[in-house]
Amino acid sequence: MILGIDVGGTHTDAVLLENFKVKKKTKIPTNQLHLVSSLLGVMDAILQDEDPAKLERVVFSTTISTNAIVQGKTDRVGMIVASGPGLTPQDVRVSEDTRFVSGYMSNRGIEVAPVKKGEINEALSALKEAGIDHLGVVGKFSTRNPVHENEIGEIAQSVFRHVSLGHRMSGNLNFRRRIATTYLNASIFDLYNRFVGEIVDFATKTGLKAPIYILKADGGTFEIRQSADQPVQTILSGPAASIMGIMSLADCSGSDAIAMDMGGTTTDIALLADGVPLLEPLGVTIEGHKTLIRGLKTRSIGLGGDSRVRVDKGEICIGPRREGPAAAFGGPYPTPTDAMIILGLTQIGDRAKAEAAVAEIAGEMKMSLQDAARAVFDKTCQGVASAVTTLIEEINNTPVYTIHELLEGKRLEPSKLFIVGGPAGAVAPRLGEILGCDVVIPHNAEVANAFGAALARTTAEITLIAETERGSLVIAEEGIQMKIPAHFTRKDILRIGIEKLRERAAKLGAREADIETEIIEDQEFNMVRGFYTTGKNIRLKAQVKPGLIARFGKGGARL
Amino acid sequence: MKRTRKTGLIFFPAFDWAISPTHPEREERLLYTQDQVFEEGLLDFENIVEYKPGLATIDDINRIHICVPDAKSVITESHLISAGGAITAAQKVLSAEVDNAFALVRPPGHHAMRIVHGARGFCNINIEAVMIENLRRKYGHKRVAIIDTDCHHGDGTQDIYWHDPDTLCISIHQDGRTLYPGSGFPDEFGGPNALGTTINVPLPPETSDEGFLHVLEELILPIIEEFKPDLVINSAGQDNHYTDPITNMRFSAQGYARLNERLNPDIAVLEGGYSIEGALPYVNVGIILAMAGLDYSHVREPDYNPESLRQSDDISRYIREVTKDVMDLWKKRHTFKAEIVKGAKYARRNRNIYYDTDGIREQQEETVRICDDCGGFITVNSMASTGNRLYAVIIPTRSCDLCRHEGEKHFRSIDKTKLGAHYLILQDRDRDIYTVK
Repeated sequence: MILGIDVGGTHTDAVLLENFKVKKKTKIPTNQLHLVSSLLGVMDAILQDEDPAKLERVVFSTTISTNAIVQGKTDRVGMIVASGPGLTPQDVRVSEDTRFVSGYMSNRGIEVAPVKKGEINEALSALKEAGIDHLGVVGKFSTRNPVHENEIGEIAQSVFRHVSLGHRMSGNLNFRRRIATTYLNASIFDLYNRFVGEIVDFATKTGLKAPIYILKADGGTFEIRQSADQPVQTILSGPAASIMGIMSLADCSGSDAIAMDMGGTTTDIALLADGVPLLEPLGVTIEGHKTLIRGLKTRSIGLGGDSRVRVDKGEICIGPRREGPAAAFGGPYPTPTDAMIILGLTQIGDRAKAEAAVAEIAGEMKMSLQDAARAVFDKTCQGVASAVTTLIEEINNTPVYTIHELLEGKRLEPSKLFIVGGPAGAVAPRLGEILGCDVVIPHNAEVANAFGAALARTTAEITLIAETERGSLVIAEEGIQMKIPAHFTRKDILRIGIEKLRERAAKLGAREADIETEIIEDQEFNMVRGFYTTGKNIRLKAQVKPGLIARFGKGGARL
Repeated sequence: MKRTRKTGLIFFPAFDWAISPTHPEREERLLYTQDQVFEEGLLDFENIVEYKPGLATIDDINRIHICVPDAKSVITESHLISAGGAITAAQKVLSAEVDNAFALVRPPGHHAMRIVHGARGFCNINIEAVMIENLRRKYGHKRVAIIDTDCHHGDGTQDIYWHDPDTLCISIHQDGRTLYPGSGFPDEFGGPNALGTTINVPLPPETSDEGFLHVLEELILPIIEEFKPDLVINSAGQDNHYTDPITNMRFSAQGYARLNERLNPDIAVLEGGYSIEGALPYVNVGIILAMAGLDYSHVREPDYNPESLRQSDDISRYIREVTKDVMDLWKKRHTFKAEIVKGAKYARRNRNIYYDTDGIREQQEETVRICDDCGGFITVNSMASTGNRLYAVIIPTRSCDLCRHEGEKHFRSIDKTKLGAHYLILQDRDRDIYTVK
């Protein structure tokens, strides 16, 4: 059996799967003040009369990290930043408690200026004296050479309860994002670890021996103990759960597609290329912090079934605010849902109330009731469709850096629209028409998020850079520096990259059968100095991409 | 706080293209620049927007170049992309989507002249000129100032706009007696119909930030002020840098940034610069920050030492003199025409042009009609060591009726076989027509 739980803003859903079919589903209201109690509560409920020993895996999607950041319930964090030349300190400062120190690596990871121990000690005691318990350490180009961060981290370890190191967050370049990511990681460390502790205690008490996983922003999972050091990876897992849900409820394989969750307030849009959800190229953004956290590329617009409809300067305006439920359910204003009811696209709520609300719009627009409802409905669909088109265009206009990619590169051309959410049935045909897509509305959509979490596989990414001239290989995320021989080749880096990725994925909790590796960047440059080739600069990025666990096969196949 | 500007960045490092494996113009050239720009997180600034380059077309090339045997044969896709990147930069500026834009693209173009038999100085087509004529076609005729700050004389751009009174070409570069292409002296001052719209300031080896900024403040900015261009374009070569392997100057990332801040170009286009590790990453970060109006004061090279880069007093004195001499020429530019033309109806120049990258020699005779109303119609008789021979008639943009009439008549009167030309070409730049007979 597999247990999937999604702690959402309003409800916490649990779904118990046996042979990949829904055996049981449970829903309880979320206790925003104590998310763990919602989680444990729903678990208690669904596991009643079940044997916990039969569970093969348990997966949670939780908003605990996201909420802490959004609500500002984070810890104070001291930052030690070795910024070297470039942007000014003001341009990279993320918190007041930032100390800039010496130490500077070049873009090739060659030490230009060393770390000064005295300076570090001084900075650490100043931060400690200010009553700070959490520390982040970030150096420019630390993903090219982590030595300075490690050095500072070692000194700090004895003074601070926990130290987050920049190069461990991501292998990507981007100093400012590395600072933000490291800062966020340290700021939710205690909160998240208390959560992990409670879960682990619960598991011990109830005799739950199955591995427990947490959903990440990229739609992948990692084992709960492994997540303890990297809580920041769990931010924004909500939209990821919903996309993974769609993938598990419907057969998304093989084609470019749009995945959409239309709710009352917002519509979330994601895109799939050949059946694989697209990721943000650098990382997700949360509360204005641009991070290096791998996450699904999603777009959320303030247009949903309950968006307020009004007339402004002779134009029908919809959203972006929701001021209550649809008029048909006693809400204060007309909404797209009311229009859908009038048009007979859905048989819910009180039709008379819907008509009364939309009649106001009809009056102001000097239209018949039917025409006004039609106009509201069409404008809703057009608004959603145009957000989709913009997103696709953005993706197709993403800059590329080789002639080959520019001339032959793949263009995203979705042919299918997968849609879940309240108004899905009513808007699907029209949206499909506008976007030129076949439409699929998956069944069991009310448990999509929990279902998606339950079946999401463990993802991982690894970044390698080798320089044969200096005989060095760096694996950023692992903080590894290795000596390599001068005859090291692309073949060697591919072999090592895949091997290390497999190790990393397994450590994060992946089962052997789920480690489907993929090379996402593979570049080799001759390094020429003074008209002679002095070596090679070889770069590799590999991943286990987001997807469903093996044996499940294509989504929807067994439901 | 400084006023920030919205800056468009077209970054195209062409990681899969090189002239040859160990050539300076190779795959690795912008690798460390990419790393530096990414690590500094410049693309995350709200006011810095990256765009994918468009593709230039053969028509874009034929609008300004005459290529032998044809445009398609002298270029590769990479040239259409780098010129296309420059065009994208211009479009974003002229459509007011951004305040300014930087085309950080390769391969470069400023050594490519009007006639193209092959590649010169790593350049096949002049990407700035292709861009300028494209934007003039789309957005109307603009007065343009091109400030070429590459260490090598921008001889291709000079050649293309030699007779164009609406395009000001100022090139500052290492003295031609000490560096390729060996030209770019103050007496190269524009054709008889466009005197003063070509300006050359040769600088001595070991000129540092101080010298470059002196020329900028005392000559370039005042001339621009007087010329009143609609657009200022920087041919932003980066080989004046003190670490460049093929030149001898002492310019720094700070100097380049300061220059761009003061010059405030609408569009900057990368040209040369082959210190790919020691200079380009820092110079480009400096230029991008300066264009975007952000603080670049902390940008510096790992081995930067301003003391050791200071220019000598002799050099300072020499630069002050050159600057003053060129400024005097500029002030008197309207007085030379009669003296140079001496009542003739046509002016002619004969040149030997060497295409160093492809090892081609060209003999060229160029004739322009003396005209007070437009740039004057031009004829070019060109023969290359490849055996290719062409004869071209060029009607200038905004041609006067007489130059059009005479040019067309001349074109009709030419007997291709009698001339021994393989190609007879009419480039009607005013009507955007390119005809090959």
